[in-house]
Amino acid sequence: MANRVKQRMVAARLLQALPILVLATFIVFCLMQLIPGDVAVTLAGENASMERIQQIREAYGLNQPFLVQYGQWLAHAAQGELGTSLLSGEPVAHTIARTFPNTLLIAVYAVLVSVLVGVPLGILAATRAGSPLDSTIMGAASLGVAVPNFWFGMILVLFLALGLQWFPATGFVSPLEDFSGALWYATLPALALCTNGIAEVARQLRGSLVEIQSSQHVRTLHAKGLSPARILWKHGLKNVSVNLLTVVGLLFNKILAATVVVEAVFAIPGIGSSIVNAVLQGDFPVVQGAVLAMVVTVILVNLCTDLACTVLDPRIHA
Amino acid sequence: MAHDDHTGQPLLAVNNLNIAFANDAGETAITRDVSFTVGHGERVGVVGESGCGKTVTGLALLGLLPERTARVRGEILFQGRDLLNMPARELRRLRGRDISMIFQEPMSALDPVFTIGEQLTETLRAHEKVGRREARERAVAALEEVGIPSPHLRLDDYPYQFSGGMRQRVMIAMALICRPRLVIADEPTTALDVTVQAQIIDLLRELSDTTGTALLFITHDLGVVAETCSRLLTMYAGEVVESAPVDTVLRRPAHPYSSGLLRSLPGLSERGGRLPSIPGRVPAPGQMPAGCRFQARCPHSADGCEQGQPLRELDNGRLARCWRGAELTLPGAVT
Ligand SMILES: Nc1ncnc2c1ncn2[C@@H]1O[C@H](COP(=O)(O)OP(=O)(O)OP(=O)(O)O)[C@@H](O)[C@H]1O
Ligand code: SF4
Ligand SMILES: [Mg+2]
Repeated sequence: MANRVKQRMVAARLLQALPILVLATFIVFCLMQLIPGDVAVTLAGENASMERIQQIREAYGLNQPFLVQYGQWLAHAAQGELGTSLLSGEPVAHTIARTFPNTLLIAVYAVLVSVLVGVPLGILAATRAGSPLDSTIMGAASLGVAVPNFWFGMILVLFLALGLQWFPATGFVSPLEDFSGALWYATLPALALCTNGIAEVARQLRGSLVEIQSSQHVRTLHAKGLSPARILWKHGLKNVSVNLLTVVGLLFNKILAATVVVEAVFAIPGIGSSIVNAVLQGDFPVVQGAVLAMVVTVILVNLCTDLACTVLDPRIHA
Repeated sequence: MAHDDHTGQPLLAVNNLNIAFANDAGETAITRDVSFTVGHGERVGVVGESGCGKTVTGLALLGLLPERTARVRGEILFQGRDLLNMPARELRRLRGRDISMIFQEPMSALDPVFTIGEQLTETLRAHEKVGRREARERAVAALEEVGIPSPHLRLDDYPYQFSGGMRQRVMIAMALICRPRLVIADEPTTALDVTVQAQIIDLLRELSDTTGTALLFITHDLGVVAETCSRLLTMYAGEVVESAPVDTVLRRPAHPYSSGLLRSLPGLSERGGRLPSIPGRVPAPGQMPAGCRFQARCPHSADGCEQGQPLRELDNGRLARCWRGAELTLPGAVT
């Protein structure tokens, strides 16, 4: 029965996602109209005649009313047709397949580092709440939340890449071709992205652990004679896991958005830099396709975290 | 009922227990020189107005007060050993095995994200070397004992799937699963419906009878004390003001505060009543008068009451913190 409920929840959530997808791509499409510059002029090359430009407009359907253009894009996208780049002619699906793995690698890497460093720090601070160690960790975390990612990225490049030459300062290889090489390149960008994440995870985890530890049911556990270690690792962590998972899900979304800046700093061919380039050049099929891929990812990640939460906390129902 | 075992010492002897909490202004004393005993298998009721220190005393017995702020002095002898000087590890072994506690709020006292089967078996497995299977069987038996229908089907349910009364039954099962010598029940029925209250009280009394477990029963309900306990401790403003056999104190209390409580009682057959109120207010912690703490509200106050009042021994094992206790003839609930 529980499985049926869960299946229905997934179906309902996916259905709810459709209007979000349409809305997100529509807003991006509208914003594209506001950006100065005309892709047809770019495509026509230097010194092109007005006639030539007009021909290009017609060929790409750029002369049509804006809503019709969006409608056509949507109709194609619904059939899995994302079109081709106006400038390079590369199918948008290929662009996504080429760049998105890079971005995902960096984002997942950054989230993993945030969790692997943030969780122990949060636990350490919570178990020593009120101690100097706790204040130090929480002070550093407040700083970490406040520092912008790209600023930290610059410092990292200066020290670890240009100074110590441990990691490459720019560039990338695809994780699909050379995974360990890709990890190598992804390390600095991921580190740059994870400062906020570590701080966020540590702070939230400490907060919810401290709250749980003073709860009545934890007092019962002490009264039963369980050891503090067992109470923390078994009951404490399971009780805060829903909270933690929610934080990590939101963090992934934030980090995914922040890759746009970090990809620019590290000159990485990710989906963020594809979007930036395409926006600058008015290459709307690429922008639309890439945004669609991002939004779908975010929706799926949210769905997965919500599903995991229902497993971890029996009180949550779809 | 046997108050002492063959060694001649009571199961629990609390001597001069002083509990204070540290705060910015220094320390606030909550209890002063609380002393009492609980014999083997004895059921002792503890009553007193809200804030008089009943819960903190109960928590102190198990070492459950917040370590960082609580200052506990005195002696808590359990089976002859002082719990206050016991290494944390050993005290932990005692908790849940020799001394258990049942709390007021069954809705929040169980861990919401673990099944009750898990919570029962982990208690057992913390103290005894038993395999998973056997632990589950004993958990089923424990649930059966507290009257949970089809217990083997409920083992994998979560606390939210139980009603308040059923959760309190689970708490009782958990408290008794290791067959402790002493159970501290801190207002175990206050949060429940009146009809359920009676069932839970009956259950506790029955189980204490069948298992020989002593019960320290903190309650607001003097009717429950009359039916369940053999001795009553009355607390006022952080002190024990009277300790006497229940039948004696009901007829002839020796402390004006106990008398006030009993006299305004609607009727001992009625259950679920709150403590009746006595005119005046309890002095705040940290602002206690030097003499008798009840003086401002006492109708029998006289010259001499401004002196500090020790717990005095009267006839047949009664103790009262009032120098006039022997001379006054105070009305009780039963005449
Ligand atoms: N952790 C704590 N820190 C500081 N003060 C506390 C703490 N716990 C209890 N107190 C104070 O100790 C006093 C006694 O509280 P306690 O809970 O023992 O009262 P009680 O007799 O159980 O009352 P009630 O009948 O309402 O349950 C109260 O004034 C309370 O504010
Ligand atoms: S000592 Fe005096 S004031 Fe206190 S209870 Fe006895 S008679 Fe009343
Ligand atoms: Mg209380």
